[in-house]
Amino acid sequence: MAERSYTSREELDQYGFHPGVTVMAPVVCILLQAMLPKTLPWLLHLDLPLIATIFFAVSRRSPIAGTVTGTLIGLFQDGLTNHPFGVEGIAKGVVGYVAASLGFAVDIENVINRVALVFTLSLCQSGLLYLIAHWLLGQTSYQLLPVDEMISAVANSVVAIPVFYVLDRFRIRD
Amino acid sequence: MESFFTRFKNPLVLIAIVLLQVIALAMQVQRPAKEADALPGAGAMEGEGAAPDGRDVSLLRRWTVTAITPLEAAVAISSSRVRGVWDDYVNLRQARQQNAVLKDEVARLREEEASFAEDAAQGRRLQRLLAFREQYALANVAAQVIGTSGSERSHVLYLDKGSADGLKPDQPVITPDGVVGKIRDVFPHTSQLLLINDPSSGAGVILAATRIRAIVRGTAAGQVQIDDLTADSRIKVGEPVITSGGDLIFPRGLPVGTIQSIAPDPLHQPYTAITIRPAADLNRLEEVLVITATSATLPPAAAQDAAVAEATAEANQRAADLVAGKLPSLQPAAAAANGAGNGAAGTAVGANGGSVSGAGTAPAAPDDPESQIGGLPGIANSGLPKTKPALHPDRFSPGATPPAVEMTPGGPAQSPSSSQRQTSPGQQPDQQPQQP
Repeated sequence: MAERSYTSREELDQYGFHPGVTVMAPVVCILLQAMLPKTLPWLLHLDLPLIATIFFAVSRRSPIAGTVTGTLIGLFQDGLTNHPFGVEGIAKGVVGYVAASLGFAVDIENVINRVALVFTLSLCQSGLLYLIAHWLLGQTSYQLLPVDEMISAVANSVVAIPVFYVLDRFRIRD
Repeated sequence: MESFFTRFKNPLVLIAIVLLQVIALAMQVQRPAKEADALPGAGAMEGEGAAPDGRDVSLLRRWTVTAITPLEAAVAISSSRVRGVWDDYVNLRQARQQNAVLKDEVARLREEEASFAEDAAQGRRLQRLLAFREQYALANVAAQVIGTSGSERSHVLYLDKGSADGLKPDQPVITPDGVVGKIRDVFPHTSQLLLINDPSSGAGVILAATRIRAIVRGTAAGQVQIDDLTADSRIKVGEPVITSGGDLIFPRGLPVGTIQSIAPDPLHQPYTAITIRPAADLNRLEEVLVITATSATLPPAAAQDAAVAEATAEANQRAADLVAGKLPSLQPAAAAANGAGNGAAGTAVGANGGSVSGAGTAPAAPDDPESQIGGLPGIANSGLPKTKPALHPDRFSPGATPPAVEMTPGGPAQSPSSSQRQTSPGQQPDQQPQQP
């Protein structure tokens, strides 16, 4: 019983993914994120790349892998915006690190835990983006809109359930 | 030492990656600023989000966009076909559940209806675009929106036209409804459209009714606001806002929107936050027009209209001059014979040959032979009407003031001679005008 530490749980629940899935899943999320709001503008509240970042981070349970995955996804998102490269990269890198770290302590198979994790990290990302815009870029006009951020967090949490369910199918136990 | 790195491997990697990106951010923010300094006038009102990227960043962005936009374009182009196939499929499934004859008929009608509705909607859009193109007749390129930035904080769209189609950065983008934004970055076959509701966007505008100049900017919430005006009671909700042309990007006179609300700006007192409802629906853009060239001269269609209008005005002026030249009433002798005072100031001849009565003078009856000068004898209304003398003349009445040659500089005020003053029968010659 004493051997069931975080380390053993990490070894027990650590998953890997096929390289194709590792590349294509975030790309598809980014593509959908870029295309869907054209038809349904309210979908801009969603952040599918964030959901992908959290999923891969908690599945691999490796903070370094989570950081790198989040950073790459974020930088890819930055490329589609008019922001400098690094805004989303920093935010999603930190989110990936935190998600992977929390993955050690939380049972991510539980739906409620997943929802709570995505909700918390969505708000965390909003705060990080605000700090980056204010402190690093000096954009004083950038405002934190609490209602909008809450709506986004709730929407991400709800959408994360089916997305996690789909992506679970591609997991490979290491 | 080794155990330190092993133990804190994860946070060290995180710190290193974040630090690298912070340095990269700093370099990106500095470089466009330096380039903007080197080019005076460029990006004068925009934030760094609207400024062009540095060379390396632009390359990185181009790779990202090149990786994504072909997929977006392919999906956008095939979406209508897929939609049609999906409609056919749905209609077919419905048709199978119905009677054979009626089923075919209903399916055919529904297919036709869906097809016609789509064609009609597209036709209406293209018709409006074509009408707009003829109306402005500027060099422009029609483009289709194929994607978004995917970020709530970045109001950027992607168009299916790029530098190969003649697009360049800072070209204005409009729809028949109004201004949409401007081209931010251009790639070979796609381009990045910065909407006017992005925080880094800006445009010079004029409030149409009050003619007050201002600058509209986007907000973090995706609104379009004027925040550089102080409170002014003349500015009302619903007032149209048009481009001023002062930003050297948007042509003058394009509709931007209407004033939606006016409220004090708590962050920037004493300025007010005037929220604009954009004329174009920025959330549902399908096709847009990119103005690729503006001309100081009028386009052909407008030039033709202007030439016709000018020719008509010239013909009218010639006719007026001809009529005025033939009128004998304008001869100085005739005017003097009929009283210099009344004739000179009381009546004037308009540009079209008609008579215009002066202020304070009663118009002459057109059918009164006594009140006419010139014209054909015995024919009423053939000459100009003659004004009657004023009932209560004062020192301001025409002819009441003595000629300048009779005045002495510095001398006392002279009363006009009785021969130059026209008085009414009951008025004394020395009567002074009443002071108000």
